[in-house]
Amino acid sequence: MAEIRIENLRKEFGSFSAVEDSSFVVRDGEFLALLGPSGCGKTTTLRMIAGLELPTSGKIFLAGEDVTFNRARERDIAFVFQLFALYPHMSVRRNIGFPLLAQGVAKTEIRSRVEETARLLQIDHILDRSVSGLAGGDRQRVALGRAIVRRPKCFLMDEPLGTLDAEFRDLMVRELRELHNRIHATTVYVTHDQMEAMAMADKIAVMNHGVIEQFGTPQEIYNRPATMYVADFIGSPPMNFLRFTSGLRKGTRSVSLDGVDIPVPEIQQDLAQGELALGVRPEDIRFSDASSLRGCVYASEYHGTNQIVAVEMAKGLVKARVPADQNFRIGETVGLELNYEKLSVFDCESGRAVASSRYAEHHHG
Amino acid sequence: MSSVNSAHSVVAPGATSKRIAATIVIAYALITMVPLVWIVMTSFKSPPDSISYPPKVVFQPTLEGYCNLFTTRTRQTSDYIASLGAPTSTCDEITRSRNMVIAGPSNYWPRFQNSLVIAFGSTFLAVSLGTFAAYGFSRFKVPLAEDLLFFILSTRMMPPIAVAIPIYLMYRELGLSDTALGMILLYTAVNVSLAVWLLKGFIDEIPREYEEAAMIDGYTRMQAFFKVVLPQATTGIAATAIFCLIFAWNEYAFAVLLTSGAAQTAPPFIPTIIGEGGQDWPAVAAGTTIFVVPILVFTVLLRKQLLRGITFGAVRK
Ligand SMILES: Nc1ncnc2c1ncn2[C@@H]1O[C@H](COP(=O)(O)OP(=O)(O)O)[C@@H](O)[C@H]1O
Ligand SMILES: [Mg+2]
Repeated sequence: MAEIRIENLRKEFGSFSAVEDSSFVVRDGEFLALLGPSGCGKTTTLRMIAGLELPTSGKIFLAGEDVTFNRARERDIAFVFQLFALYPHMSVRRNIGFPLLAQGVAKTEIRSRVEETARLLQIDHILDRSVSGLAGGDRQRVALGRAIVRRPKCFLMDEPLGTLDAEFRDLMVRELRELHNRIHATTVYVTHDQMEAMAMADKIAVMNHGVIEQFGTPQEIYNRPATMYVADFIGSPPMNFLRFTSGLRKGTRSVSLDGVDIPVPEIQQDLAQGELALGVRPEDIRFSDASSLRGCVYASEYHGTNQIVAVEMAKGLVKARVPADQNFRIGETVGLELNYEKLSVFDCESGRAVASSRYAEHHHG
Repeated sequence: MSSVNSAHSVVAPGATSKRIAATIVIAYALITMVPLVWIVMTSFKSPPDSISYPPKVVFQPTLEGYCNLFTTRTRQTSDYIASLGAPTSTCDEITRSRNMVIAGPSNYWPRFQNSLVIAFGSTFLAVSLGTFAAYGFSRFKVPLAEDLLFFILSTRMMPPIAVAIPIYLMYRELGLSDTALGMILLYTAVNVSLAVWLLKGFIDEIPREYEEAAMIDGYTRMQAFFKVVLPQATTGIAATAIFCLIFAWNEYAFAVLLTSGAAQTAPPFIPTIIGEGGQDWPAVAAGTTIFVVPILVFTVLLRKQLLRGITFGAVRK
């Protein structure tokens, strides 16, 4: 097992820049989720790590060794493709044993290692079946088997659950994480599904338009989004933005919204007059008649344990997650109280956070 | 089951339309088969029966055509024939009944062998080269790929025989006239464009993730090509091979022009089979019948692949 280190990695296709100046480190045994919308460059990043695509510039280190220009087969990694790429002309057994065959492992040892792997993944009963008749979950397990049988330095997975139906996905998310807990392989897992990333990963890298917007633990990403993009991409419903115009000095601890002073975490830099946004997660809003921040109930969505209430404010629609037993009439005027400790302030022009919740700060750096 | 279907699904054909379709197909098959049946029948007729008018549908079958195809004969006096011992074979007997004796084997078998060597040799070469070229065009950024592909296709845009004279002169100069190598090279050159285009279509359909998976799992690209891509391209390769083989096997014009002796193939040879007093039709028909057999066997063996090949992948397994 090994550490993956990416330094200033770039990839251009002609004049189109698919990956821009990415740098990150996946520590030995860590599970990194590369999260972002379709077309943001996740697969391209993964393919460069695998050696299927050469970077335009930048460096890739595996276990400290510079492998930027090594061939895929010299990197000792395993890749689980989006559509699994199981060889249709081979049985399950031969599919799983195929990487060992390349290494010249003896027939009897291939046999025992394939069977051991199959037992680990609970597919030992289908070893002699053809892969073409397998159900989605079994195909998934065979693809995983082919990846782990070789005990490679690290695993790369490209949206491996993308084709499974929702119910099965939850099961596989759990299985994948359990597998990781057992074998502790350094893993880079590509997904566009924030729930998958949150549920499985030790670290998440949020990508957008080829740029890694933020790299951190799921808690950091959720509580201290570095950009408005990340704040909006993570969480459902996503973070609310209350836009206002102001200039702020470094060290300030409050902002003025429609004449209401709101305490915020410490502003980290001087800001000239410009458009800013106050970011607040739906669960950090409470209803309180005492609050001078007021709005009008627009709609409510019942979720069993809680409800999402949309409130029409002067600044636009704000969604709050509140206990399910509170009753609201549509059109009713309510006061909103924010959890000041957990607010974020963004500079709308750069999209970057200028103040972030202090929660989970100890995870940082 | 009722025939309720969603709006865009194809409704299963009814019994009547099935019957009409079957009638048309059978009628068409019968019409197509008439010449073939005619040839096979003629090959079993005696020379007089073969040219009788109106044509005989019922006749006394004989192997005379096949005997004449494989032998050369000389006329002898009946005294000489009577002085010979008992006939050693059916052919011997038939020949003697015509007051002739077998002088030796004819050139048909060597010509047939030439056809086999040249057709299968050129098919093998065209399909191998085509597979590699198609793989390259399909998987790599080839500079000017579009232009090259168009150029390859454009070699098929005029009938190959249009360049017969230059090729004839070139071959004479290079010493390739009337050699099996020359014919193999020529048929390969004609077929390779078809092979590249057909195979590129098939290889494009094979997801490149398969060979990428193999390369990550420790194989070289070449190994990945042979172990992963080729097994999945067999259908396309078989279909392409049949097309190439049929062309090379049946080719007549170049064969007439460029071969006359050692490397002559069966098509230009068959019409030259002459008996006493003109064309020996039963022997010609026998030569044709035997000539059709290899293609028939090949096509029947690979009919599934051929069907998929002609429909360019539209028929799924
Ligand atoms: N081989 C290629 N040639 C040209 N453009 C490509 C190629 N591969 C990917 N791209 C482009 O790069 C961008 C990122 O692609 P990709 O990494 O596959 O995104 P993701 O996996 O995040 O959906 C996309 O806009 C895609 O069209
Ligand atoms: Mg992708």
